[in-house]
Amino acid sequence: MIRYFSSNFSHLILLIGIFIMIIPVWLIFASSTHTALIINTQGLQFFLGDKFLENYTKVLLYEGGFFKEITVLKMFLNSFLMATGVAFLSVISSLMTAYVLVYFRVKYATLLFWIIFITILVPLELRIFPTYSVMSTLNLVNSYWGLIIPISASAIATLFFRQFYKTIPDELLESAKLDGANTWRFFIDFLVPLSKTMIVAMFIFMFVFGYNQYLWPILVTSSEQYWTVVMGLKMMSGSIVNKFAFVIMSMIPPVLIIIVLQKYFIKGIFQDK
Amino acid sequence: MSFLELNKVTKIYPNGTKAVHETSMNVENGEFMVFVGPSGCGKSTLLRMIAGLEDITEGYINLDGILINKVDPSDRDVAMVFQNYALYPHMNVYNNLAYGLKNRGISKEDIEKKVNEAAKLLQISEYLQRKPSMLSGGQRQRVAMGRAIVRNPKIFLFDEPLSNLDAKLRIQMRLEIKKLQQKVGVTSIFVTHDQVEAMTLADRLAVINNGLIEQLGTPIEIYNNPKSMFVAGFIGSPQMNFLEGELINKTLTSEGFEINNVTSDFNGPVILGIRPEHMSQTDKGLINLSVDLVEQLGSDNLIYGEIKNKKDFCFRCPGSQIIKKGSKLSLNINDNNYYVFDKSNGNRVN
Repeated sequence: MIRYFSSNFSHLILLIGIFIMIIPVWLIFASSTHTALIINTQGLQFFLGDKFLENYTKVLLYEGGFFKEITVLKMFLNSFLMATGVAFLSVISSLMTAYVLVYFRVKYATLLFWIIFITILVPLELRIFPTYSVMSTLNLVNSYWGLIIPISASAIATLFFRQFYKTIPDELLESAKLDGANTWRFFIDFLVPLSKTMIVAMFIFMFVFGYNQYLWPILVTSSEQYWTVVMGLKMMSGSIVNKFAFVIMSMIPPVLIIIVLQKYFIKGIFQDK
Repeated sequence: MSFLELNKVTKIYPNGTKAVHETSMNVENGEFMVFVGPSGCGKSTLLRMIAGLEDITEGYINLDGILINKVDPSDRDVAMVFQNYALYPHMNVYNNLAYGLKNRGISKEDIEKKVNEAAKLLQISEYLQRKPSMLSGGQRQRVAMGRAIVRNPKIFLFDEPLSNLDAKLRIQMRLEIKKLQQKVGVTSIFVTHDQVEAMTLADRLAVINNGLIEQLGTPIEIYNNPKSMFVAGFIGSPQMNFLEGELINKTLTSEGFEINNVTSDFNGPVILGIRPEHMSQTDKGLINLSVDLVEQLGSDNLIYGEIKNKKDFCFRCPGSQIIKKGSKLSLNINDNNYYVFDKSNGNRVN
């Protein structure tokens, strides 16, 4: 009876939590299906209206900026490119950095690792001027690479991979060596498949991180055609309902990536056990 | 020229620890060599130097006529079975066996043939599609051996492969390893700290202590004729009894008894060694033992007791002999089967 009660009780707490989190989203979604007049006169709406198609189509076809060089669809493409680029590059770079730090005879490897780790303590905003200066020197301002590269080295992902590699017994490497695996083969045939689960988790993490970037894209791009979704949310003019609709749409890519990859994520966990 | 030659091989770690001292030995083709010694004696280091997993500080190693000091482990054509098996957790058994062959660029059909042959030999054919995590300890052990066999290497190296198994399985696998080695005929080196494993498996065994080979020989040679106190104490179960004594003019005095006509010119303090199985009961014997404890093993009895100042003196007698705790025994040493060691350095003097 106690178990029954406590299980119900914890469900209740979870439901309250979900409720608190979902309500604002729902309010915005429901409001985005009304006319601007209703929102302006009656405030946020809890029930669905009948302007769903109209409002959302308008957003999709919206052309933004002063020169009208950007559409909402293009913003999604930009954000997607940036987020995937950041996720791919940071997963690959941290996988390899951790590999070097753990498996190569690097002098002062631990010290080097902590220097990398310290970068977590330095927020992007603090190093934004030198970073911009580097990008400008490399002629990468107003380009996708300029958006992606400066945030594609993740100390946290490096930490995760490093700690994971350290749990892999040395015998595995030795055995692989005797089986004729060279440095590259050991990485590809052993470390990558063994860290599959973690790779997916880090990919999700870095994708959302890249997608949510606001300050950096705004600094490094002056051309409208590089606007991302998050920038667009701020820049977009138009009626309140269209803004609401855009907010809802902007949530779709990260949610989708989590739903799609979570399947592999969970599968990976259970396979390895 | 021997198949495997070690010449003054030395290992000094960067922190200055000397793990292996100028070790020289030869292993013949097809021979089963066992390195035995207490943990930390350098036996594993020696094996790992042969495998190429540790650098050789000084000396050289020749395998099949080729100097292998600087040869990469993958090019040495050696196979190793590790204590924890080191199976590839993300690959199924088939791929575990096939991986080394793939890296050697062998064709798919040949790999399949070789893997199936090895699997059949080791009776793991039905597990080929399973992941290592789904196998029992004994099965994993077989897969680890299969991985070594399938490559048909010049030499097998075993690094305490049986220590993770339970007692019964260990004896079974020990037998299988020996049979397999005889069948396949590949030169093998087996590292263990278990002297029973060493005695049963070895064609020849090397007793290693503090990075030095104390004695090298067939198991029976070493058992019958140990060169030092360390070897005498390490080989044989239960352990040899050691008694303090003094040898003067071929007469040895120890713990209340004397042995005359000792075949040694040594004079001074000595240690007398007697194996528990080298004594028998008589009416008026040399050694008087008051029994403290009797271990009945069925086939044998192990009698522990006190003689004068020496506690836990062990005597082994047939299981049919009934001996009670508290009784007094009179023992004689059979056929002069005793060993005398110099007390100062442990070297055999008789």
